[in-house]
Amino acid sequence: MSRISILTKGIIRENPVLVLLLGTCPTLAVSTQAVNAVGMGIAATVVLLLTNIAISLLRKIIPDKVRIPCYIVLVAGIVTVVQMLLEAYQYSLFQALGIFLPLIVVNCIILGRAEMYASKNGVLDSALDAIGMGIGFTLALIVMASIREIFGSGTWFGVKLPVLDTHNISIMTMAPGGFVIFACMIALVNKLKNREMSDDDGCAGCAMADSCTSASKKISGEGSAKA
Amino acid sequence: MKTLVFIILSAALVNNYVLRQFLGICSFLGVSRELKSASGMSYAVIVVMLIATAVTYPIQKYLLDANNLGFLQTVVFILVIAALVQLLEIAIKKYMPPLYRALGVYLPLITTNCAVLGVTIANVAPDRAYTFAEAMMNAFGSGLGYLLAMVIFSGVRGHTEDANPPKSFRGLPLTLISAAILSLSFFGFSGVVENLFG
Repeated sequence: MSRISILTKGIIRENPVLVLLLGTCPTLAVSTQAVNAVGMGIAATVVLLLTNIAISLLRKIIPDKVRIPCYIVLVAGIVTVVQMLLEAYQYSLFQALGIFLPLIVVNCIILGRAEMYASKNGVLDSALDAIGMGIGFTLALIVMASIREIFGSGTWFGVKLPVLDTHNISIMTMAPGGFVIFACMIALVNKLKNREMSDDDGCAGCAMADSCTSASKKISGEGSAKA
Repeated sequence: MKTLVFIILSAALVNNYVLRQFLGICSFLGVSRELKSASGMSYAVIVVMLIATAVTYPIQKYLLDANNLGFLQTVVFILVIAALVQLLEIAIKKYMPPLYRALGVYLPLITTNCAVLGVTIANVAPDRAYTFAEAMMNAFGSGLGYLLAMVIFSGVRGHTEDANPPKSFRGLPLTLISAAILSLSFFGFSGVVENLFG
């Protein structure tokens, strides 16, 4: 695969949020305002880039059995650095992101890419993959946050819009609006890609997919054995 | 006593972690297909939330804050949770095999469940200033809210599986729309808890 396509695949074809379905929690929570979406996107991209580089460099040293804990420690260290930088230089963003900033540690995009890509590929490829995935995450967040902010609060990046300003649908900025907009965006991607989803989709890109599917298989296996 | 009940109810109903604050969405969508796995996962989450809070609260108050090491919070908490889940798995495998059969498969998933890390960080947030008992109640209430959301949602999903939506909405989008309606219904609780305790 050429270098360019490694970079661009994360933006549309394998968009982490809309196609790989990773990082649902921060996507839903932070996308109430476009400004926060940009901030979250950049913070996650920086963390993703640094962890992918570090893990790619260490991929031959980290023993296979304890790789997930090793990744988590690495990610947590980098997230702490980003947290401190934001607190020092972008305090309002630091407050707006709140608990979702430390929670980047358990963001499935970071662990998922570490497990699926950086642990198997060279440094340059991993860095490009991280940048592409980061841009894809940021773009998906901005689109979703723009829809929610424009219709929910009648503003865009904090600028008041005529008409919508006084006729806003405030449910859009609340939790149910997030779920609905996210559902519609995924449905739109399905339509464009001509893809039909089964109930099992959405776990493939996650680092914990193995234990998750084995957990649900074990349960349904027990259920059918009894029946 | 009154504040403790207030904390439990508002954590479980008004500020429901899954449906109002978007924490733990992955497991909410991934493990809620069957009632049995939904409730099993939720019990494991409640247990881990309680134990994690019991361990991380003193660490934050007496180790990190006392030595001005507050910036290590994220690293220390995730390490403590990961180690704790591992130890818990080993311990119940050896001493409580029936419990292990019920919760064991879910434990590896919990380390990266953002609801658990989220509740431990929220419990030590300076703006809340929780005492230890209040923090434990908040952890229990949050876990209870997770259980409630999971169990209700597994029932809802049993019905959406038979539905016949447009082709592009099949699978996850339909699940998300159902989650939106469930989340909307939880808005009915806002104000109730405040008024109960006037």
